[in-house]
Amino acid sequence: MTQKLPATDAVIIGLGWTGSIMAEALTRAGLNVVAIERGPWRDTATDFPTTYAQDELRYHIRHDLFLRPAQETMTFRNNAGQTALPIRTWGSFMPPNGVGGGGVHWNAETWRFLPSDFQLRSHLTQRYGAKFLPADMTIQDWGVTYDDLEPHYDKFEYLCGTSGKAGNIKGANQEGGNPYEGARTRDYPTPPQKQPYGPSLFADAARSMGYKPFPQPSGNLSQAYTNWLGVTLGPCTYCGFCEWFGCGNYSKASPQTTLLPVLVRRPNFEARTRCEVVQINLDKSRKRATGVTYVDVNGKSWEQPAGLVLLCAFQLFNVHLLLHSGIGAPYDPQTGTGVIGRNYSYQVTSSVNAFFDNQNFNPFISSGAIGMCIDDYNGDNFDHGPHGFVGGGYMGAVQTNGRPILTTPTPKGTPSWGAAWKKAAAEHYLSTYQFVTHGSCYSYRDAYLDLDPTYTDRLGRKLLRITFDFHENELKMSQYITDRLADIVQKLQPRTMEKNPRKGPYTTTIYQTTHTCGGAVMGSDPKTSAVNRYLQSWDVSNLFVPGASAFPQNAGYNPTDTVCALAFWAADALVNQYLKSPGPLVQA
Amino acid sequence: MSRRRTMRRAATAVALLLLCAPAAYAAERSQKAEIAHDGQEFDEVERGLYLATVGDCAACHTVPGEKPYAGGRAIDTPFGTLLAPNLTPDRATGIGAWSDDDFVSAVQDGRGHGGQRLYPAMPYPYFTKMSRADVLALRAYLGALEPVHNAVRANQLPFPFDIRASMIGWNWLFFTPGRFVPVIGKSDEWNRGAYLVEGPGHCGACHTEKNFLGGDETSRALQGGAIQGWYSPNLTGDPRRGLGGWSVDEVVEYLKTGHNRTGAATGPMSEVIADSTSHLTDEDLKAIAVYLKDRPAPQSAPTPVAASDPAMRVGAAIYVDECQACHRAAGTGVANLFPAMKDNPVVQSADPTTLIRVLLHGTQNVATDAAPTGASMPAFGWKLTDAQAAAVLTYIRNSWGNAAPAVSAGDVGNGRQQRLSEGVP
Amino acid sequence: MQVSRRTLLAGTALAVVAVSAAPAAARVIAGGLPWRPDAGAPPPPVTANPGVWVFFTPEEGAAIEALVDRLIPPDPKTPGGKDAGCAVFIDRQLAGPYGSAQALYMRPPFADGTPQQGPQSPLTPAMRYRQSLAALDKYCRDAFAGKSFAQLTDAQKDELIGRLEKGPIHLDGASATAFFEILLTNTKEGFFSDPVYGGNRGMVGWKMIGFPGARYDYRDWIDKHNQRYPLPPVGIGGRPEWGGA
Repeated sequence: MTQKLPATDAVIIGLGWTGSIMAEALTRAGLNVVAIERGPWRDTATDFPTTYAQDELRYHIRHDLFLRPAQETMTFRNNAGQTALPIRTWGSFMPPNGVGGGGVHWNAETWRFLPSDFQLRSHLTQRYGAKFLPADMTIQDWGVTYDDLEPHYDKFEYLCGTSGKAGNIKGANQEGGNPYEGARTRDYPTPPQKQPYGPSLFADAARSMGYKPFPQPSGNLSQAYTNWLGVTLGPCTYCGFCEWFGCGNYSKASPQTTLLPVLVRRPNFEARTRCEVVQINLDKSRKRATGVTYVDVNGKSWEQPAGLVLLCAFQLFNVHLLLHSGIGAPYDPQTGTGVIGRNYSYQVTSSVNAFFDNQNFNPFISSGAIGMCIDDYNGDNFDHGPHGFVGGGYMGAVQTNGRPILTTPTPKGTPSWGAAWKKAAAEHYLSTYQFVTHGSCYSYRDAYLDLDPTYTDRLGRKLLRITFDFHENELKMSQYITDRLADIVQKLQPRTMEKNPRKGPYTTTIYQTTHTCGGAVMGSDPKTSAVNRYLQSWDVSNLFVPGASAFPQNAGYNPTDTVCALAFWAADALVNQYLKSPGPLVQA
Repeated sequence: MSRRRTMRRAATAVALLLLCAPAAYAAERSQKAEIAHDGQEFDEVERGLYLATVGDCAACHTVPGEKPYAGGRAIDTPFGTLLAPNLTPDRATGIGAWSDDDFVSAVQDGRGHGGQRLYPAMPYPYFTKMSRADVLALRAYLGALEPVHNAVRANQLPFPFDIRASMIGWNWLFFTPGRFVPVIGKSDEWNRGAYLVEGPGHCGACHTEKNFLGGDETSRALQGGAIQGWYSPNLTGDPRRGLGGWSVDEVVEYLKTGHNRTGAATGPMSEVIADSTSHLTDEDLKAIAVYLKDRPAPQSAPTPVAASDPAMRVGAAIYVDECQACHRAAGTGVANLFPAMKDNPVVQSADPTTLIRVLLHGTQNVATDAAPTGASMPAFGWKLTDAQAAAVLTYIRNSWGNAAPAVSAGDVGNGRQQRLSEGVP
Repeated sequence: MQVSRRTLLAGTALAVVAVSAAPAAARVIAGGLPWRPDAGAPPPPVTANPGVWVFFTPEEGAAIEALVDRLIPPDPKTPGGKDAGCAVFIDRQLAGPYGSAQALYMRPPFADGTPQQGPQSPLTPAMRYRQSLAALDKYCRDAFAGKSFAQLTDAQKDELIGRLEKGPIHLDGASATAFFEILLTNTKEGFFSDPVYGGNRGMVGWKMIGFPGARYDYRDWIDKHNQRYPLPPVGIGGRPEWGGA
C-alpha cells in the first residue's frame, strides 16, 4: 500500500550534478525541495578518503562506486535485426549511483561546445548543402544558442573553480588558449594545471606543425579556490586516481565539493537516499505532474506529492522513467514518429599508442583532466568538403592514469603471459604513452532507446533497450582524426606507434566513455523533441528534464560542462519565468 | 583639625574617588546601566538572546532537534551524568514559577529554586561575574520562549556525588562569588573581553585544567584543559601553544568563521563556533581576542625532537605517504580547508589528546555561513599501529619549527581506550 | 506502468545489498553534512595461511598456484605469480562478492549473443573456476597418465596453457578460452592490486614496473620531466619504512 506524504513544492529525482544545481536554485528561491536519490549518501572522508581511495581493484575493476547491474541495467543490440540482451556487467559505459552521481567519479574534463554545435543542422546544411549529410542522420538544432548558454557555462565553471586558459575573451584571441572556442566573458577562475612530460612533448610537437595546443580545461584544480557559494576546494595533487574514483582531498569539482555543503544547511532542503523513484505521477488530464512514487530501502512504496517535478537522473534513467511514466510519445523507428527514445548518441574515441626508448613519462602522475590538446579537427573547425564526413573531435596527450592492472601496455604481438610478457610489461610501463581523440557522435534514425520486451529489473519493470551502432560517418571521422593525431605523434619519434581508430561494430564490452546522450532531446519542435529550449516537457509543463538526455546529438567534447550550463539555464527560466507564471514557457 | 591634615584627608579622599570613579564608570559601562527590569521589553529580550548566545546555554539545555531550552540533555562529568534542566517558562517543569531572585541566585551563586545547590557543570563560578542586569536580560529572553512540559530529573550522579549538600564544601574550596571588576589601566575593550571570557563565555570551563575535585587550577587559568576526550588548547598569548602566533584579526576570524590561516575548529569547539561565537559582534570578538592575547603565559621553549630520532624518521615517511596530500609537504595546509601543521597551537599543545583522537577517529571541521565547507579528515586508527600513530604525531609536533614533547605508543593506546569507553557517538 | 505491490515485494526479496562493506548512510539528510567518527569502509586485509584456502579445495589450490606461476613465471629479479600471492588473491576474490557475481545482472533468460553484447553466461566466476579446474584436472590425468596439472613439467604446463589460450583443446564441460581469459585477468589483478587483497606480496608487481602505489601527492614531481620518481611504493597497509606492527 503506497503511503502518501505531505506535499512539497518541488521534488527532484536524482541528486547528481543537475539535481544539485536545481536544488540550489530552487531552495534559494524559497521553495521547499525534496531530493530523492536511488543510491547512498556519499561523502569525501567517509566514502573516498585518502586512506583507501587509491585502490584500482576496488574502484576501477570491481566498480565499487557505480550502479550495480543487479540493481538496474539495460539491454543492448547493435540493430533491430538482433535480439537485445542484458548488459550483465558494465563495459562501454559506467552508470553512476549515489549522491553526487557521475560528478563524484568523472574526469572533470570541462569543455564547452562550439557555437556551431548548437545549430548543427542549419550550420552544416548552409556550409555543405543538405545532400552532404546522410539521409538517415537526424541531427537537429538545439533551440538554444551558445550565446544563450555562455553566462551559464561561466556560472558552472566558477562554481567548480575550473582550471584553464581562455582562448577567446569577448572576441579577442588569447595566446595559449583554444583559438576555436566560443567567446567567453572572462578567463577561467583558476590558471591551468601544470603539465607532466607527455603533454609537454605533445604540445611542442603540435606547435612545430603550426597547431595551437592549449591545456585541457580541468575540474581538478590547479590551486585552492572558494566558489560563489563560499565553498572551498583544495589543489589537485596529481594522484592518478581520478576518473572512476572519488577525490579524497576535495580538489575535484563535484556536487560534494561545490554545492552540497551549502545545500544541506538550507532548512528548506531535504535529501532522501536509497529511495528509488519508480514513477512520475500525472493527473487525469495527463498534462500535469502531481508528484512521484518511490520505493525505499525496505521495499515500502511512498507517494511524494509536489507542485514541480525535476527529472535529474542520469541520461539513460531519465528516458527509462519517462517511458515508464507514459510521458511523451515513445519513439517508433519504423515511422520516425514519437520523441521519447529518439536521437540516442554516444561518443567516438580513438587512440594512438606510442612506445618510446629512453623516455620516462611517470604515467602515475596524472589527473583526470590534465593534458595538452588541439581543437583543429573538432566540430566544423575544418573544411569537411574533401573528406565526405561531418564532425570531429579534440585530440591530445591526456594523461589520466598509470594504474598498473589496466595500464601495463605492451607492443602488439607481445605474448599476453609468461616470461616475455613480464619482461615487456616491465620495459614499457614508464616509457609508453597513449594519445587520444575524443570525437563527436551524431544521431541517426536507427539509434534509439525503448523498453525491452523480455528482461526486467528487480522491481519487475522492463529494462531500457539500447539499439545503437556506429555509422559510416563516425568511422570515417575517427579514421581521419586518428591519422592527424598520428602525424603529430610521429614527430616525437617513437620506436613504434600503433593507431587505433574506432572500428565498428560498437561493443558494450570495452570502456569508451560514459557519454550516453539523447532520448529526451531539446528542440523547438514538439514533433522532434521531448523538451523545449528550457528543458520543460512539452507534454507536462510542471516537469523539467535536465541532463545529457536533452542533447539532440553529441559533439566532440565531454558533456558535463554543457549538461550543467543547460541546468543553470533551465533553473534560471524556472525561477524567473515559470514560478512567476506557471505553464508552458514556449508555445508549441 | 589642622589645615594640613584636612588637606591630606581631602587629597586622599579625592584620590580614592579618582581611583574608584573609573572603575565604577567602567563597571557601569561594561554592565550597562541598571534599568527598571520589566522582562518583556523587546530590547531586553534581544539582549538576553545575545547573552544566551555568548554563554551558549543551548549547548547544554537544548537537545539537538528538540524544543529550545527544554532540557534533558546529558552532561557527562568525571563524576557521572547530569541532565540539564528545562529553562522554558513552563510552570510545572521549567522555571516559569521562579522569581527573578531565584534565577539570579542560580546563575550567580549556584543556588537554585528553594536554595537547591547546583553542580558546577552549570558554570556558575563563571556566571557569577555577570551583572544582575545581564542575568535578568537572560531571564527575559528565556521567559519569551515557548513553554515546554518536560520534567527533567537533573541529578543522575551516582552516590555519593548525588548529595547536593556536598557542594557546600566544594564551593568553599573553589567558588568565589562576585561580579566582574574591571581592571584599572586596561582599555574598555580589554575589560569587555575579560567580562565575556571570564563571565558568560565561561571559556575556562574547558580551557582551564581542573583538579581532581573538578575545580579550576587557577594558577594555570586558560592554559588548556582536557574535556570529553579532547584537549582544549591554551588561550593565552603563548606564541607556540596559545594565541601568540595569531594576530587579533586572526583570532576574530577563527571565532567568527571557524577557520583562519592555520587553524580549523573541530570537536566540541565546532558547536561553540557554530552556535555561539560566529554570532557575536565583531567588536566583542575583537575584545575577546585582545584580552586572551594579553593573558600571561609561562615561557615555554621546548627542545624539538631531532629529525634523526627513529620515531621522527618513521613519522616523516608516514607524513609523506599519508598526510601531505592535504596538509602539504611544508605543513602549511590549505586555508579554510586543511589546518596547517606548522605553527599550529593545537599541534604543539602540551597535551596531545586532541591530535590522537583526530588521527585515530577522524573529525569534521565546523561549517559556518561564512565558511560552509565543513571538510572532514578521515580516520586513520585502522591503518596505523599505536607506534606508527605516535611517530607521525611526534613528527608533526617537531617539524617546520614546531617543538613539543614526543607522543608515545602508550598515549595512543590510551586514546583508543578512551574512545571505546565512550561508546556510540 | 503501475508497479503492483506484490511485484514490488517480490522484487525486493531478491534485492541486492551493496557489494562493498559500505557504511549505512543516513536515509534522510538535512541540516548539515552527516559525519561520525571512524566512518568509512577500509578493505579488510587478507591474511594468507599457506595451504589454507577459503574457496579452493587443496587440489584446486595447488593447480591454481601452478597456473599462476607459469602465467607470471619467477625470474631472478621478480617473483612469479605464486610467491607474489596471486593464487591467494584469486581464492579470496572467489570467496567474496566477485566470485558470486553478486553485483551483476544474473537474471534469465540466458542466450548466446554477439561478441558486442558481452558475457551472457549464467556461470559466476566461482562456478567457472570450479567447473574449469575440474575439467582441466580430468584432462591432465587422461593426457598425462594420472598426473594433475601441478605435477607436470614447466614445459608441459606452458604448452597446455598455450592451448587453453588459443586452442586446440577440448575440456569436458568447460570453455577453455573463457577459463583462460578469466584466469589471466585475475592473475594480473592479483599481481598488481594492492597487497591488502593478498596478491602483489611485498609490492613486487609494483616494484617490477616502477609504480609507486597508493600515493596521493605528486606536486613536487609534476615539473620533473623525464626523471625517475625516487620514493619506494606504498600500499594501503603502508610500507617497511613505517616500521612493523
